Amino acid sequence: MLEIKNLVVQIEDNRILNGLDLTVNKGEVAAIMGPNGSGKSTLSYVIAGREDYEVLEGEILLDGQNLLEMEPDQRAAAGVFLAFQYPLEIPGVGTMTFLKAALNAQRKARGEAELTTPDFIKRVNTAGASLEINRDFLKRALNVGFSGGEKKRMEILQMALLQPSFCILDETDSGLDIDALRIVAEGVNALRSPERSFLVITHYQRLLNYIVPDTVHVMSGGRIVRSGGKELALELEANGYADYRSQAA
Amino acid sequence: MAEITPIRTAAETGLVEHFASAKHRLPGDPGLRDAAFARFAERGLPHRRVEEWKYTDLRNLMRTAAPFAAPPDEGFVAETLQDAGPFGNVEASRVTFVNGFLARDRSDLGRLPSGLDIVPLTDALSSGHALLTRVGAVEGARDNVAYALNAAFMSDGAVIWVAAGTTVEQPLHLRFVSAGEGPFATATRVLLVLEEGASLTLLETHEGSDGTVYQANDVVEVVASDKASLNHVRFNGESRQALALSTLTAKLGTGVSFRSLNVVTGAEVSRHQVFLTFAGENSTVSINGANMLKTRQHADTTLLVDHATPHCDSRELFKTVVDDDATGVFQGKIIVRPDAQKVDGRMMSGCLLLSDGGTMYNKPELEIFADDVQCAHGATCGQLDENLLFYLKSRGLPQAEAERLLVQAFVGEAVETVGVDTLHDILVEIVEDWLRARG
Repeated sequence: MLEIKNLVVQIEDNRILNGLDLTVNKGEVAAIMGPNGSGKSTLSYVIAGREDYEVLEGEILLDGQNLLEMEPDQRAAAGVFLAFQYPLEIPGVGTMTFLKAALNAQRKARGEAELTTPDFIKRVNTAGASLEINRDFLKRALNVGFSGGEKKRMEILQMALLQPSFCILDETDSGLDIDALRIVAEGVNALRSPERSFLVITHYQRLLNYIVPDTVHVMSGGRIVRSGGKELALELEANGYADYRSQAA
Repeated sequence: MAEITPIRTAAETGLVEHFASAKHRLPGDPGLRDAAFARFAERGLPHRRVEEWKYTDLRNLMRTAAPFAAPPDEGFVAETLQDAGPFGNVEASRVTFVNGFLARDRSDLGRLPSGLDIVPLTDALSSGHALLTRVGAVEGARDNVAYALNAAFMSDGAVIWVAAGTTVEQPLHLRFVSAGEGPFATATRVLLVLEEGASLTLLETHEGSDGTVYQANDVVEVVASDKASLNHVRFNGESRQALALSTLTAKLGTGVSFRSLNVVTGAEVSRHQVFLTFAGENSTVSINGANMLKTRQHADTTLLVDHATPHCDSRELFKTVVDDDATGVFQGKIIVRPDAQKVDGRMMSGCLLLSDGGTMYNKPELEIFADDVQCAHGATCGQLDENLLFYLKSRGLPQAEAERLLVQAFVGEAVETVGVDTLHDILVEIVEDWLRARG
C-alpha cells in the first residue's frame, strides 16, 4: 500500500506539488489524470527518487517504509518501479547485461542469491513472452534504435522481470499506436495481482479502456482535486479539465 | 646574438652524460647513435613552447634522467616473470623483455611458427642485419625527440619478419616487464616487417609493478608490404611511478589492413605517439585507444596520419576517462596530400570527466590539400549523464554500479575495435579492474 501525505515539492523555487494526499491500496489500479503542468510527472519522479526535486513537507510510505529516506536503487529493491514516459537510450550497455545487473542488484539488496545465467534467461523469456519483443533487441544496446513503441514494451518487460509491488506508468500511452497500446496494456494487465498496485498517469481516457482502473484521481495545481471510480475518466474525456483549472487557481 | 644552449636542465645534462658513457657499450654503429643523439641535443627536451608538446611539457615532467638499467641476472628475471601478467592466458608466441633486455631463455625464439622469424635487436645491430635498412621508414617520426632518444639509446629489442603470404595464426606477444630497484631507464626498439600478403596479430604489454620508478622509451616500427594485415593491441600497464614514452610508426603499402588499439591504465606520465604513412592505395586503417586515468596521471596520445596516396580509409576513435586530478591529452592530425583523392578519414576523441579536478586537452586537426575527400573529426568532453544514472538507479543499480556500467559503455566503443573475443574479454576485465579500484 502506498500512502502519500501532504506532499509539498519544489524544483528551483518553483512549487509543483502543493500538499498532495493519495492512497493506493494493495492490488489497486489508480489512475491519475490532469492537464499539462499539473504535476503528474513530478509525482512519479518524486516517488522513484529523482534528486532534482526538493521535498519540503510530507511523506511517502510504501507498506509503512518511508521512501523519502531511501536512494532510488533502494526504493527499486523495496518494490517501486517507474515506467518512464521517455525511456532512455544507453549506448554501449547491452540490454541483457543491463537486465541482469538490475535484477541481481535488487536481489542482492534484498539478501537473495544472484541468479545463474540460464535461470536469468528463462525469466527474461517468460517476462517477454506476451510482449512480442523482437529477440534481436535483447542483443542490442538498451533502447538504442528502438521505436517509441519498442521502448515502452521494453519498460513493461523490465517491470515483468523485476516483479515490483508498486508500478508507476508515466504516460505510457504517449507515442504509441493502437496496436502497441494494446500490447503494452495486455502486458500490464497480465501483471495485475492482489499483491501489486499501479499508479497510471495519463492525459487521455483511451489508455483506461485497456487498463481499467479501480480509482481515478484528478490532479490540478499540484494536488488531488477529485477522486472517483472509472466513470470519472469518461466524464473528464467529455468535459475536459476546464473546471479543475479554475479550482486550482 | 645570444648563444643558444638547449642543454640546461638536470635531465638534459644527465642524458648527455649517460650517452657519453653508454654509446661505446651499445651494439651497432656508434656513428648512427651520435647522429640520433645530435637531433636531441640540438633542441633539448621539448617543452610547452614546442607546439607538438604543448600539453606534455617533457622538460617540466622529466626532471632527471635515470641511468640506463643494467642487464638483469637470471634469478631476477625468473622472479620478475612469476606473474604471467594480464595477457598470460592468451595462447601466443611470446618474446619477453625485462628492464629493457630480451630474456632469451624466457622467449619462444626457437619455437616460432614457420614464416615468422625473430632476431634479437642486439644481434641484428652487431651483424648489420639486412632488414635494418627498413628502419626509419616514416619520415614524420625522424625529428621527433622521443624517437631520436630511442635511436641513440636503444639497448635491445627485436627484428620481426613475416614471410610473404604467411598468416601467423597465433598472436605474437611482446611482453615488456619492468621491476626492481629504480630509478632506471630503458629503451627498446622493435622492427616488424610484413612481406606481401603476410598477416599477424601483435600484442604488446608494458607491465611494471607499482613502486618501481623508471623511464621507458619504446619504439615499434611497422613496415607493411602490399596486402599485408596487422592487428596490433597494446596495453600500458606500467608502474604508477613510470614515465613512459612510446612511438608506433607504420608505413603501409597497397591494400593493407592495419588496426591498432592502445589501452592505458598505467604510468604517471605517458605519451603514445603514432606516425602513420600511407604509401600505397586502398589501405584501411583503424587506430583506437582507451585511456583510464586517475590520481596525478598524465597520458598523452599524439597521432599523425599522413595520407600521401589516394583511395585509403582511416578511422581513429579514442576514449579518455579522467578521474581525480588526472590529465588527458589527445592530439590527432590527419594530413591529406594534394594527390590523395578519394580519401575517407574520420577521427573522434571523447572524454568523460569523473571529477571536478580533472583536465582534458583535445586537439583534432585536419590538413587537407586534395579536393575530393571525405574527412571529419570530432571531440567531446563531458560528465556522466545524470538522466542515465537515474534511469539505472531506478532499476535497482546502486550509484557506484550505475557509474561503472556507464563508464564501461563509454570506453567499450573503443575497446570493442579489438575484434577478437578472447582479447576483448581481457581488456574489458582490465577496465573492470580499474573501475573496481576506483570504488
